[in-house]
Amino acid sequence: MSMLASYLTLAAVLFCIGLYGVLTKRNAVVVLLSIELMLNAVNLNLIAFSRYGIAPSLKGQVFALFSMTVAAAEAAVGIAVLIALYRNRATVNVDEFDELRR
Amino acid sequence: MLTFNVDWSGEFFAFFLLAVCAIAGAVLAVNFTKVVHTALSMAFTFVSLAGLFILLRAEFVAFVQVLLYVGAVTILMIFGIMMTKHQDEGKEAGRPLQETLAAIGCLCLFGILFYAIRSAGFPAPADPLPGDNTMAIGKELYTGYAIPFELVSVLLTVAFVGAVALAKREEAEES
Repeated sequence: MSMLASYLTLAAVLFCIGLYGVLTKRNAVVVLLSIELMLNAVNLNLIAFSRYGIAPSLKGQVFALFSMTVAAAEAAVGIAVLIALYRNRATVNVDEFDELRR
Repeated sequence: MLTFNVDWSGEFFAFFLLAVCAIAGAVLAVNFTKVVHTALSMAFTFVSLAGLFILLRAEFVAFVQVLLYVGAVTILMIFGIMMTKHQDEGKEAGRPLQETLAAIGCLCLFGILFYAIRSAGFPAPADPLPGDNTMAIGKELYTGYAIPFELVSVLLTVAFVGAVALAKREEAEES
């Protein structure tokens, strides 16, 4: 089992744990944290390929940096939406955020 | 095909240790009922991933990971926890059917991914990446990736202005 396969397996495990958290957790903060975990698993894949891929280069690391930046912007906007929703509904339970379904 | 024989070199041992830390942090984060414990456990996972990045000779990305995820995202989530109410957490009845279905789906996805990783033949890299490549990343970022860099900075500015506008308390104005 090469090192690349080990890193890819670890990233798959983290991605699946994050997906399980997104699907089952009802607290919106925990859902946002699980999304961050999934994004981090993708970054691990990118950096593993930039070191152990067929043609190792720095492009994978640069791509991971861009991906981290977008993840930070996503977290900030997510928390802002969460606070605005909490102000209106006084809850962070994602099951009760169903205005668009009514 | 499914052979698990690995050479227990120092690098693999460090990888194994950090991987166990990362997976344990993630599993605990999903299992905790208090939200603050979840956030702290997720921070532990992020630190372990930064260690893995150092192991992959991506020192700059590892420090950005510590600064951005452990320093910024986790603190942002803790502020989000502070500003919202979490008194009644863990009291609501569970949804065993939905949780079981989600677990089965995630396990199926992991099985597919694991099979794909095991059945793919990865050729050995031509020449491994040298370490200490922060300067090379800087040069790459400001020459070849100058336009994406500027676009990302515009995206960050727009996202943060939007976040401030969203979270700002609306004054009672009639319009």
